[in-house]
Parts: sequence; structure tokens; C-alpha cells
Amino acid sequence: MEQYPSLTFRLDSQSGLAPYRQLVDQVRLAVRTGLLRDGDQLPSVREVVTQITINPNTVHRAYRELEHQGIAEGRAGLGTFITSRKRATLNVTERASLEQALRDWVIDARRAGIDEETIRELMRTVLRQDGTVRS
Amino acid sequence: MIEGISVLEAVNLGKRYRRTWGLQDCTLTIPKGRVAALVGPNGSGKSTLLRMAAGLSQPSVGTLRVLGRSPSPGTDDLRERVGYLDQDRPLYKGFRVVEMLRFGEMNNPTWNMDVAKNHLARLDIPLRSRVSDLSGGQQAQVALTLCLSKQPELLLLDEPGAALDPVAREDLLRLLMRQVADSESSVVLSTHALSDVAAICDYVVVLAHTRVVLSDDTEYIVETHRILSIVDDRDLALPPGITVIHEQHNARGRSLLVRVELPFNDDRWRVDRPTLEEIVLAYLRAGSPHGDGRDVDETEDGAR
Repeated sequence: MEQYPSLTFRLDSQSGLAPYRQLVDQVRLAVRTGLLRDGDQLPSVREVVTQITINPNTVHRAYRELEHQGIAEGRAGLGTFITSRKRATLNVTERASLEQALRDWVIDARRAGIDEETIRELMRTVLRQDGTVRS
Repeated sequence: MIEGISVLEAVNLGKRYRRTWGLQDCTLTIPKGRVAALVGPNGSGKSTLLRMAAGLSQPSVGTLRVLGRSPSPGTDDLRERVGYLDQDRPLYKGFRVVEMLRFGEMNNPTWNMDVAKNHLARLDIPLRSRVSDLSGGQQAQVALTLCLSKQPELLLLDEPGAALDPVAREDLLRLLMRQVADSESSVVLSTHALSDVAAICDYVVVLAHTRVVLSDDTEYIVETHRILSIVDDRDLALPPGITVIHEQHNARGRSLLVRVELPFNDDRWRVDRPTLEEIVLAYLRAGSPHGDGRDVDETEDGAR
């Protein structure tokens, strides 16, 4: 019996977004809309490269990113699963876009050669200044 | 070069044909485990580079290392570790597919018959059919299957999808990606189809006029290029740290495809993200290579 994949990805070459980000966004959207729920297994890398024409490294990269975001978790020898950890409390769309903007910023900062410590320091400074303004 | 980190390393590599250069000042490193694309117009040097990497032609100047070795027709271990597929996909047209497989098995100690048969079964190509009876797309799939069944560490493919209809091309690329997923082979392929590049290639080398004009990680390329546009203020100077790749003027403003090394926050400019295709085209349209033709990544271009 043939089993349907939990999710079918698609790639838009015109989006200007790196393919791994498109996969990440599609999983996030699927979670938001209820297509994917806690404990669901994401298609294996091998399944994805059979579904769509994509570099397997890109799929690995996307799944690592989802793990990093706390949306999915890898279980050794089994695959990657949607997890319930750290579900966002604030508006999900808003959170996603804020996170995206911050990620862009971090990538730019790293390209500029700024190390993690300096990034944290900058973040602390900005938060502190923001706090001053509020109070 | 440290073996295991890069699959192909060229330093000032050049190939001279009788009167003209086929490739000049080519310095680049393609990391292991990547699917790298060579893109550029006909005659830009893609095939020349692939043929040298396959050991089928010798460099005129410079050095070339493939899997840590100098490729030449005599480098036996490279013959087993590298699979090369020519643009013309040579097959013996009178042979049956199964005979081509046996031929491959006899000539390649690393041959894996299961891989060959699995791929062909998945593609619905009967082993008994004669090569000459197959469609162009199927012939391309058989040729690639022969190449993959050697289980090479590095695949060098010269326009593997050329002259195929969209479905056949898609099938061919999936066959290739499945192999990459299963065996972790590295791939260097040349292509004209920029949309394929964005989907499957995580490393891109752009060649123009026999020189490398861009060579980098796909994601890094996408993250470090922007389209800046402005209305009216034609003479507004760009902030430092920006390299203009291509510039377009229109009646009321201008738009620039630029490389940005620092976060760009000047709200007088409208900032958009270009697609990989747009970036590659900008480099190709820019025509003349940057600096002395070295990898653009290494030139210290500031604002211009």
C-alpha cells in the first residue's frame, strides 16, 4: 500500500529566497494551518529528492534549521519529526517575520566578520537602550 | 590542497588552443560534497575546464588538482574515482541496454550492477531494449546511469540536461540528486538552465569570455547581492562596501545590482532581493571580468 507523504514541497525559482528557506517556510506554514501536527514525521531527504528536483544538502540544511528553531527534532535512525517544544505564544506570523529579520541581520553581521560575542553585546546594548527609552 | 576538503582546485589554470584561449587565469576551489554548476555562454570555457578535470586534455598553464591528484589519461585511480559525461553522451547505438551495462561492468572495477538496474527500473527503461530505439531523453538517462554506476566520488557532467524536453530533464536531474543523496558524490556540471541551478546547485561558478567572474557558495551569493533602486536622485553616492555589478538607468531613476558586504541601511534606496538567475545574468551582462580575471570574491573592490 502506498503511503502519502506528510507534506509535498514546491520550489519557486522566482522568489529570491534560498531554496532551504522556502522549505523551512513551507513547513512552518503547514504547522500553522494544521497540515502538520506534533509528532508528524517530515518526508525523508530521499523522499523529498524524489518529489521535487532539489539538492539533498538543501533538504538537510532546511531540517537542521527547523530543529534549530524548535519546530522539528531529529530522532536518530528514525527521521525528523514535528515537535511541540517552544511553541510561539505571540502571533505566529509576526514572530516568523521578526525572526526572519533577525536572522537576516545575523547573517549580515557574520559576513561582516562580527563574532558571536560581539553580536550578543550589540543585542544587549540595543535592548538596554530600548529599555531606557521606554522607562 | 588538503585532500578531502575540495574536489577540484585550479590555480591560474589556462588552456590555449592554436590561436585562442579556451580558459584563462582560472583560480577556483570547489568544495567536496557539493553540486556545483558551471554557467556561462557557449565558448566561455565550461567544457574546456571539465575536459581538463576529466584528464582528457592537458592544461597549457597553471595547475589543476582533482581529488588531490593531477588529472591525465594515465592517472588510473582518478579514472575509477571520477565519472565524466560528455555533451554528446556517447553510447553504442546498436547495443542493447543490458549489453551497455555489462560493458560498463567489465571496464570499471568499482561498478555496482544493482545501482544500474535500480535506476533503469525506476525510469521504466527495459534492459532488453536497443539503445537506438530509445528516445533522446532515455538515451541521456542510460548514459548518466552508466556514469553513476561506476560509483564515482566526483561526477563531471557537461550539459547533462541539454536538448531534453522538460520532463526528461527533470527526471534526469532527480536521478542525479537521488545518487547524491545515496552516495554523497560530489558533482560539477555545466548548464544553460539557470532555473535548475537555483534548485540543485549549492555552488556556482560563472564564466564569461574564458574567465571566472564569480565563484562561490550559492547561498552566500544570494545573501550578499541586492537590487538597489532610486527615483530622481541620480547622483546619490553609494555607501562604502558596495560593489556595483550591473547598472540600469531609466527615465526617472536607476537601479543597481550590487554586492553588499555590510548590512545596508540607507532608506533613501529601495532594496530588493534578486533571484540567483538575476545575479548570474548581471555578472554575465557586466561582460568584462573583474580585475585580472581572478575570482571576484578575492578582489578588494570597494565602492565604485
